[in-house]
Amino acid sequence: MAQEKSKPKNGVTAKDVKKIAKLSRLHVEADRLEPIAEDLNGILGWIEQLAEVDVEGVEPMTSAVDMAAPLRADNVSDGGKRDDVLKNAPKSDDGFFVVPRSVE
Amino acid sequence: MTDLTKMTLSGALDGMAKGEFSSVELTQAHIDACKASTKLNAFITDTHDLALEQAKASDARRASGTVGKLEGAPLGIKDLFCTEGVKTTAGSKILGDFTPTYESTVSANMKADGMVMLGKLNLDEFAMGSSNETSAFGPVINPWRKDEDLVPGGSSGGSASAVAADLCLGATATDTGGSIRQPASFTGTVGIKPTYGRCSRWGTVAFASSLDQAGPIAKTVKDSAILLESMAGYDAKDSTSINADVPDWSASCGQSVKGMRIGIPKEYAIDGMPADIQALWDQGIEWMKAAGAEIVPITLPHTKYALPAYYVVAPAEASSNLARYDGMRYGLRVDGKDLTETYELTRTEGFGDEVRRRIMIGTYVLSAGYYDAYYLRAQKVRTRIVQDFENAWETCDAILTPTAPSAAFAVGRKVSDPVQMYLNDIFTVTTNLAGLPGISVPAGLDKNGLPLGLQIIGRAMDEATVFKAAAALEDAAGFKAKPEKWWV
Amino acid sequence: MFIAPRVADEKDWIVTDTGPWEIIIGLEVHAQVASKSKLFSGSATGYGSAPNTQVSLVDAGMPGMLPVVNEFCIEQAVKTGYGLNAKINLFSRFDRKNYFYVDLPQGYQISQFEHPIVGEGEIEILPIDGDGNVGEPVTVGIERLHLEQDAGKSVHDLSPDETYVDLNRCGVALMEIVSKPDMRTPEEASAYVEKLRGIVRALGTCDGDMEKGNLRADVNVSVRRPGGELGTRCEIKNVNSMRFIRQAINFEARRHIDIIEAGGEIDQETRLFDSVKGETRTMRSKEDAHDYRYFPDPDLLPIKLEQSFVDKIKANLPEMPDVRKARFMSDYGLPEYDARILTSDKTKADFYEVVAKGRDPKIASNWTMVEFFGALNKSGLELEDSLVSADALGCLIDRILDDTISGKIAKGVFEKMFAGEGTADEIIERDGLKQVTDMGTIEAMVDKVIADNAGQAEKAKENPKLLGFFVGQVMKASQGKANPQAVNKILREKLGL
Repeated sequence: MAQEKSKPKNGVTAKDVKKIAKLSRLHVEADRLEPIAEDLNGILGWIEQLAEVDVEGVEPMTSAVDMAAPLRADNVSDGGKRDDVLKNAPKSDDGFFVVPRSVE
Repeated sequence: MTDLTKMTLSGALDGMAKGEFSSVELTQAHIDACKASTKLNAFITDTHDLALEQAKASDARRASGTVGKLEGAPLGIKDLFCTEGVKTTAGSKILGDFTPTYESTVSANMKADGMVMLGKLNLDEFAMGSSNETSAFGPVINPWRKDEDLVPGGSSGGSASAVAADLCLGATATDTGGSIRQPASFTGTVGIKPTYGRCSRWGTVAFASSLDQAGPIAKTVKDSAILLESMAGYDAKDSTSINADVPDWSASCGQSVKGMRIGIPKEYAIDGMPADIQALWDQGIEWMKAAGAEIVPITLPHTKYALPAYYVVAPAEASSNLARYDGMRYGLRVDGKDLTETYELTRTEGFGDEVRRRIMIGTYVLSAGYYDAYYLRAQKVRTRIVQDFENAWETCDAILTPTAPSAAFAVGRKVSDPVQMYLNDIFTVTTNLAGLPGISVPAGLDKNGLPLGLQIIGRAMDEATVFKAAAALEDAAGFKAKPEKWWV
Repeated sequence: MFIAPRVADEKDWIVTDTGPWEIIIGLEVHAQVASKSKLFSGSATGYGSAPNTQVSLVDAGMPGMLPVVNEFCIEQAVKTGYGLNAKINLFSRFDRKNYFYVDLPQGYQISQFEHPIVGEGEIEILPIDGDGNVGEPVTVGIERLHLEQDAGKSVHDLSPDETYVDLNRCGVALMEIVSKPDMRTPEEASAYVEKLRGIVRALGTCDGDMEKGNLRADVNVSVRRPGGELGTRCEIKNVNSMRFIRQAINFEARRHIDIIEAGGEIDQETRLFDSVKGETRTMRSKEDAHDYRYFPDPDLLPIKLEQSFVDKIKANLPEMPDVRKARFMSDYGLPEYDARILTSDKTKADFYEVVAKGRDPKIASNWTMVEFFGALNKSGLELEDSLVSADALGCLIDRILDDTISGKIAKGVFEKMFAGEGTADEIIERDGLKQVTDMGTIEAMVDKVIADNAGQAEKAKENPKLLGFFVGQVMKASQGKANPQAVNKILREKLGL
């Protein structure tokens, strides 16, 4: 089956993986950085065939429907459902979500 | 009494209308079938007690003269649709015991039409997969088994297996790159992804917002039309929902295709295509010709780039859509020494390998310095793919292609090579990128006796033509094969 | 590109041993849209509700929840765009700004990055120094205005090792107004914010309440040699009063100069202003800078406005502060100073126009600005909370003009009105303050005062300045109620002046 697989020209490095993982809030053990970089490069190398397409003057497509955003009237029609909002919270207290301390 | 689980949805609705059996009887028969099928692992959550209650209520409604479109029909719901009071997992550990306080618009529409819900169906984690092997709740097994366990396709593997194994009369599914049609092809069922915007996305766990679209998996083309009529409809809560009436699609099934122009895209004849699939496609062309359709060769030159474009767009959107699963407001929380570590542990333990892989790809293609080369370029390629179809519609009314490049494969065979796995969606992904309707119809068996599907693609909003062509194909193929019941 | 062609006036340079410096200032002002419901959901936006009671499943980022745009917020952004003399973009789009934070449930903020709803514009400001001297007008360029969601609130003092999160604010619509780096002094920066506040309040698009955080500024500061190459800038987040804006800029500029003069380099970073210490401190350094991965929100479609939609908004714009100021000068004949103060805020201007209706405009202006605004300032009350209405103040002025009371007595009456003791008429009646205009009564009082001070009366002929003494004595005897003109007239006659 048709399959083009090559190392991407500007492949990701272990350092890139570390950065991407940090941005994504994913933990990657140090010894996994290289293998993951290799894994991602396998996919990115295949994706790079997009460079062959002539996209000169082509508008990017951001939605599958060619419409303008519908606008809604400014009415208070929602909210007032604190119990629903907190129902699945791992921890809540006195109407608040309780989370690990976000400042030092 | 005949085996009620062998019935089609439309047959069962007729049977209940004629008073031949009740919803409770029909539902009980399906519950028994579900209980005997645990080896297939099609369901994540059973709601049998709830189903019987709903069936009783349905029988009462019918007695009082109120009959909805799906009145009393026992169906399955892919576990990507939020269901009020019933745990919803998206096939992931990260949602923990998340129990929505709300009902997705699609399942709410079906409830309003009298549906009986048997349970929540297994799927690839966050619908990311083509074999249902990425589910945190274990792989779904295809009822079409040959010597070894086969995958049902994905991501709607639970939906496809359950329908193929007669565990339910039909099921909801979702399709982001082929997740309805490819499993339908692998299991000898019918699956349609409608035009983007037909079914509301409100309350359905998002994978890639600009591509996700709900649709049914069913036993027949007509059943799929009946289900889609209930699922679809305008919803002001989804900004991308199309404000249009839902036509009587089941009436399109059985109409003549005389004079319909069927396009055959030469680019879909890929290198290395299995001979069985090429032969079936050729056979399909002959069937349509025999039914009075006109066959038109067409070209969709950017087909080859659809899949790589998809693997930029879908992970990019997913990386952002899945940021909300952070352990703060619902779902799994794995405590770390500080906030950052809690985020990281939660998301690392909560998400499986494939989901983490796609989040990282998506994060990378959107990050500073790479956006233009990857994301923006992919969006432009997407425009090219749409233009391909626009050109094609000048000479044809519908397009006939194979659904998938292979039949069902063995569990574990492709998991090690992501790109090889991604290629499963090579024929289906173009319609997601372009937002077009596509249906897979079971059309034959390969040399190993495994089902294969053919796909009909239509113009945006023209599901009527898609159903018409699909029903003609179904009629000509006369596909009646069923898997042996080895799992009971 | 960050270009700053204007060079500060020499008087605004900061001169040190190494020579002169000028400050380059740009502001990003966040103004909360005065909408009833949130930008993308139907929950309420009110202030001070119990935690998480104004939160929808959309705001909480529940699985499968989707945003739908609030039309009113779009209108307010367009209106404000017109108020900034800016280009309205008929095509705009919402993008996702991706980052993790506990008060950001979706894991991204919906904002506008590439295609904001409002493009370039400009406004004119009048900087006023600490002594109240008005400087030359300065034109400040507007880079853009875009709409975005506010985040929730993190509370850190309810538990020592946890954070409590309230999402009531989450999803409230904000207009982010980005200026060009066109300001050169702290005073210009605060005058700019004051001006913006006046504009949004005149338009009714934002209530401008800085105390509640409904209008707040991020301040970008850098220094350079006058007209020279631009320095590295730092962004000071969420400064929420005019005074703090000036303090923060002064501190930050000095900090930059000190570092550069000591041979150091400025790190481009995000800083916080500590209003207690009057200092800024590091919040986030460049190394921790986010990579926000903006991309078009696929849950939302582009905003495409019809020309007729924006034309209608334009046609119905209220009078803007600059136009109103010009009218106050031409129609009421007010001096520039009065017109500027009165029109700096819509509520103030509206108040004045009621007071001035059918009355002497200058007297109305004096009473509004000196007595009324003075009392507001002293009490810390907002105009909206004052117990004295414009009509009530007008009645008080009427009582002066119809000689019921003197201006001096009126000041006392006003204080009582401000304290909520009643209307001018009620207080005049209750306290018996009605001016004595009966000539006979006044004459008797004058006679008694002259008799009591016969020696002084003799001297008055040679020393007419003593008239003032006699007027004072008569007024004192009348407890201030005698008509001053009548007292003057009679005294002059009796003293033979």
